[in-house]
Amino acid sequence: MLRLERRAQPSRAMRVLAPLIAALLMFVTGFVIFTVLGKAPLAAFEVFFVKPLSSMYGLGELLVKTAPLLLCALGLAIGFRANVWNIGAEGQLVVGALAGSGVALAWGETESHWVLPAMLLAGALGGMAWAAIPAFLRTRFRTSEILTSLMLVYVAQLLLSYFVHGPWRDPEGFNFPQSRMFNDWELLPLLVEGTRVNLGIVFALAVAALSWFFTEKTYAGYRLQVAGLAPAAAGYAGFSEKRNVWLALLIGGACAGLAGIGEVAGPIGQLQPSVSPGYGFAAIIVAFVGRLHALGIVLASLLMSLLYLGGEQAQIDLALPSAITGLFQGLLLFYLLAMDAFVTWRIRRVRRA
Amino acid sequence: MSPELLIAMLASTAAAATPLVFAAMGELVTERAGVLNLGVEGMMLVGAIAGFAVGLHSGSLLLGYLAAAGAGMAMALIFAVLTLQLQTNQVATGLALTLFGVGLSAFIGKAYTGQPIAAVPHLSLPLLSDLPLLGPLLFRFDVLVYASFALFFAVQWFLTRTRGGLLLRAVGESPAVAHAIGHPVQRVRYAAVLFGGACSGIAGAYLSTALTPMWVEGLSAGRGWIALALVVFATWKPLRVLAGAYLFGGVTVLQLYAQGFGLHIPSEFLSMLPYLATIVVLVLICRDGRTILLNQPASLGKSFHPDA
Repeated sequence: MLRLERRAQPSRAMRVLAPLIAALLMFVTGFVIFTVLGKAPLAAFEVFFVKPLSSMYGLGELLVKTAPLLLCALGLAIGFRANVWNIGAEGQLVVGALAGSGVALAWGETESHWVLPAMLLAGALGGMAWAAIPAFLRTRFRTSEILTSLMLVYVAQLLLSYFVHGPWRDPEGFNFPQSRMFNDWELLPLLVEGTRVNLGIVFALAVAALSWFFTEKTYAGYRLQVAGLAPAAAGYAGFSEKRNVWLALLIGGACAGLAGIGEVAGPIGQLQPSVSPGYGFAAIIVAFVGRLHALGIVLASLLMSLLYLGGEQAQIDLALPSAITGLFQGLLLFYLLAMDAFVTWRIRRVRRA
Repeated sequence: MSPELLIAMLASTAAAATPLVFAAMGELVTERAGVLNLGVEGMMLVGAIAGFAVGLHSGSLLLGYLAAAGAGMAMALIFAVLTLQLQTNQVATGLALTLFGVGLSAFIGKAYTGQPIAAVPHLSLPLLSDLPLLGPLLFRFDVLVYASFALFFAVQWFLTRTRGGLLLRAVGESPAVAHAIGHPVQRVRYAAVLFGGACSGIAGAYLSTALTPMWVEGLSAGRGWIALALVVFATWKPLRVLAGAYLFGGVTVLQLYAQGFGLHIPSEFLSMLPYLATIVVLVLICRDGRTILLNQPASLGKSFHPDA
């Protein structure tokens, strides 16, 4: 008979291996799913995971999609480390996109080098402001940030819908619910000719470096970690829970807001009714798969970005719904959580006496 | 306001409240056993597409609802194995369940988007439904509305009047003590999680076969999360869940009728009402920390393993 038993010490090997095994299991399940759907599994596998990366443009797209995922996940991870469950990054992303676009639209069509930096700043501040609501409600009224941050996602999406259908609709846009296209100086500059890679990925990597420094090398980062690992110890040490909650949510909101404005001032180029295919939610998975660690999150966001590209490719080549991406995302997180259990537990065969 | 309009509003309130009653009542039982399952939204969506697909292919809505309950339970089983057996973090696992459910339902549902289905019929009893005022007020809903009330009475009776209910609450308050006395903590929690899954599945099927009746990607639109908030709002008491669900149903309906009353507010702002109301209600109930502390099952969200 098999039974679970607590390890004497958490396994360091499993801690590193768990995400890899989870990804492997996801690939295996992918094989099974493709077979069940009547697609030749190897060919389908190639379409999904290899073909998107086989061109320069494809590699560029990988980075384009990595940027928002990476930004959101880095911000969320800082909160998750402190047991602050901000799951509303999607909403903060949308408000960031709204706030940043608002700056561009209010400024008008006059060229200036200051518009783009102002847009980015407004985007980050917008996301921050949206995340400040759950932070305030949690610290002032003890309201669960899980539920409030999530409710605000729906509110943010409706707000976006209002602006693109109403005040910010392009008067020359044939009544489509879109803002005007942004001008060159309002867009993040492209980095590589022939691709859509823009400055956003550089920002995201810079934020990754910053977040590593913050969590590993600063006192504030240490306080957040203690609050997550040992809340009682944090209390005895006099670390303010309220300050942690505020810090975690504001950082998360700023990152998501930056991701949002990066999308509209990047690959999208204007405000639309939908500015994200769920990056804010996928980032939750990225944060966990990346072990809440900056380097891990960089790798996990690349994998997640590949899942998005694979889904699009599968829709084109295999006539599979692109929603298959969501299926893989969910599976990946399940497998990771299951594998995670074996960091602290092990299976032992027990003989019945 | 004419009586016809009032009756119509009441009918749509009941329709909007019913899925919330099912989902929140199921989650209430799960949470009273000490397990926090944040996957309600995911289980609802999978239930919605399972109910719709089976109902459409078999032509029997009863089979559809059975499939929906089964699908919800299958989802809940994944959650139960992970959190109860492998001791994973309940918050993270619940989120995973929701994300997985959103993906799975969208994937399966692609083929069913836009297809029509015969909605759950409304009751029409020979004499009762034709009574002057009482008929339309009481005897013309669909059968699920009555079932949701039956569910409320059953849960209320089970929790307060049976040994099983007492055991369930004991497990939720102190699993260690319940285990020490010799009660099967794990089995009770499994049963509670599966019950919650079945209820969420039915709630989802109600959305796709009665309220909308069709399949749209992500058609639950956060109702699973609102149900979770309702359980907190209700301070884990069945009667308050029922009342809360109708309150929210009322808010949803208000939004539909507001424009008819000559309110010229952009529809997006009216659509925000249920979500904003959820936040307001949570703030009101959480404002006094004692309310939550006194009513929340003491072991809620904490892992318990009999061998450790």
